[in-house]
Amino acid sequence: MEFSEAADHPTPALSIGRAPDGGPAVTVTGAWNLRAIQPVAGVLRDQLAAQARGTRDAHWDLSGVTRMDHAGALMLWRAWGRRRAMHLRLKAEHENLFTHLQADTPVPPAAVPWRWMAPMLAATRPLMTLGAHIEDVIALLGQVSLALLEVLRHPSRMPWREISANVYRTGAQAMGITALVGFLIGVVLSYLSAQQLKSFGAGIFIVNLLGISIIRELGPVLAAILVAGRSGSAMTAQLGVMRVTDEIDAMSVMGIPYVLRLVLPRIVALAISLPLIVLWTNAIALVGGMVSARYELDVSVAYFLSELPNAVPVANLWLGLAKGAVFGMLIALLACHFGLRIEPNTESLGIGTTNSVVAAITTVILVDAIFAVLFSNVGVP
Amino acid sequence: MSECIIDVRNVWTQFGTHVVHRDLNLCVRAGEVMSLVGGSGSGKSTLLREILGLEQPARGEITVLGVSLQQGTPEQLQQLRNRWGMLFQEGAMFSALTVFENVALPLRELKTLDDGLIRDLVMLKLKMVDIQPRDASKMPSSLSGGMIKRVALARALSLEPELLFLDEPTAGLDPERSESFCRLIANLKRELGLTVVMVTHDLDTIVSISDRVAVLADQRIVALGSVAEVARHAHPFIVEYFQGERGRRALGGLNPLAAA
Repeated sequence: MEFSEAADHPTPALSIGRAPDGGPAVTVTGAWNLRAIQPVAGVLRDQLAAQARGTRDAHWDLSGVTRMDHAGALMLWRAWGRRRAMHLRLKAEHENLFTHLQADTPVPPAAVPWRWMAPMLAATRPLMTLGAHIEDVIALLGQVSLALLEVLRHPSRMPWREISANVYRTGAQAMGITALVGFLIGVVLSYLSAQQLKSFGAGIFIVNLLGISIIRELGPVLAAILVAGRSGSAMTAQLGVMRVTDEIDAMSVMGIPYVLRLVLPRIVALAISLPLIVLWTNAIALVGGMVSARYELDVSVAYFLSELPNAVPVANLWLGLAKGAVFGMLIALLACHFGLRIEPNTESLGIGTTNSVVAAITTVILVDAIFAVLFSNVGVP
Repeated sequence: MSECIIDVRNVWTQFGTHVVHRDLNLCVRAGEVMSLVGGSGSGKSTLLREILGLEQPARGEITVLGVSLQQGTPEQLQQLRNRWGMLFQEGAMFSALTVFENVALPLRELKTLDDGLIRDLVMLKLKMVDIQPRDASKMPSSLSGGMIKRVALARALSLEPELLFLDEPTAGLDPERSESFCRLIANLKRELGLTVVMVTHDLDTIVSISDRVAVLADQRIVALGSVAEVARHAHPFIVEYFQGERGRRALGGLNPLAAA
């Protein structure tokens, strides 16, 4: 076959002899192209290094080389100490490979010099980054508030379509996963509490225990964490890709304010859908708890349901739902913030999405603690 | 006639019920620059992707450098991939790597070359495509469109390929840049003895560097030959393309029929 390997790619080789004037002579033969060199690169390098050492005035005969490309030429060039060998014979067609090399081969620029300030700057960098993030989030919040004012003044510009699409995506489509997790948490919590309550003979307090913990605390936090992982990451990735592909710039150029069309609807949508998801998670978790209590403590479903309003003041429900709305807005705000900071490369997209989810979950838990302190005497009987 | 370096034989391509290529044949000879021309949706890019093994034709066989893409063993195909280079339309630079690392990546993948040689080779390739050493440490996102094209060309050339594929090499470049890009490719072709297959819309590019032109229309190659030969063909697409206002200007004195 015409294009087969062996036929026109004899192995590159060196052989050493004596030149007529008594000096060393190196005869180079075979194919000196990347494909032929590559399997034996290590051996050739060592041979060349041994040849070049000490014998600056060796005679090099390259007329036996069948093929040569830049890789082969460069390898010899490096062995000659980055200049043309003094006594050199080569084929005319290989001449121009070396003319490229005549002008000194450029080397990549050196790394940035070390400075004594560097370690201190590195130590404060995380704080600076955090500060920059907070500043940006506040700026984004300001832009969103302005967009909201704008919409309130011209209600016809309200992005209803985007809001409803986002409510569907972040709310309706999250019902399956939140139900599964909520139910299992309810069952486990009820089962473990039942073991303790049984030993005190205080089985009927399961209603108070589950009611308060789920409605006030667990439901909102669980739903928020699930939605942050599910919808927060999706929002960041979506906005990030839109930024990478210049879609956001395109919107700005067309006079469509992206904060109004992309950020505001997501925040509004999560402020609507997360409280609903919280309500749904609460209900399913309580069902799980009821089922478990029915079998572990013989507390009937009817008793559980009739006792629930007495055991849990309704303020807890409102508190839980309010938390849901706040968490939703925070998750969407952070997701959009990280999405809009993504730079046009793949690595940045990955880091941005991860940071978005981590920041959202951390913020949810922090804000939950603040809620706990502020409302410590609300809804507790 | 010399042997075909790329041999496309009786290829059928179908997307659902839509037939893109019907019994298509094409032979690219060693050492020539072949341009693939055709209207939008005529299947030029699909044909290029099939020759590169990125897509499989429904029927027929494609042989590149003596290796059948349909029947070759995995090892043969792997070796084949080190013998060709591809310049994607948008460059397809790895956005997480610097310019230098982008060009060095295929060389590092060989696992046998030492760092010093790789560095010199990369800097040589970058110099060949007119990229300044100080730009080597930049990220692709901070380069202009023309620079991305040139860095992508350096990457396509880093394994010293025998066969170079270009997808719209001059699209998105200003006329001067696109002319210098054509000169660059012509020089490289002369120096390295490359065979070049390119898909393009740009008549100036076709006229300035291609040895032969293949026109894709009606699901097959309707005309094949030098620019002057193809331009005289009577197929409606060719008449519109080569003998329209733009075509006459680009062909200039090349074609007596167009000049008349």
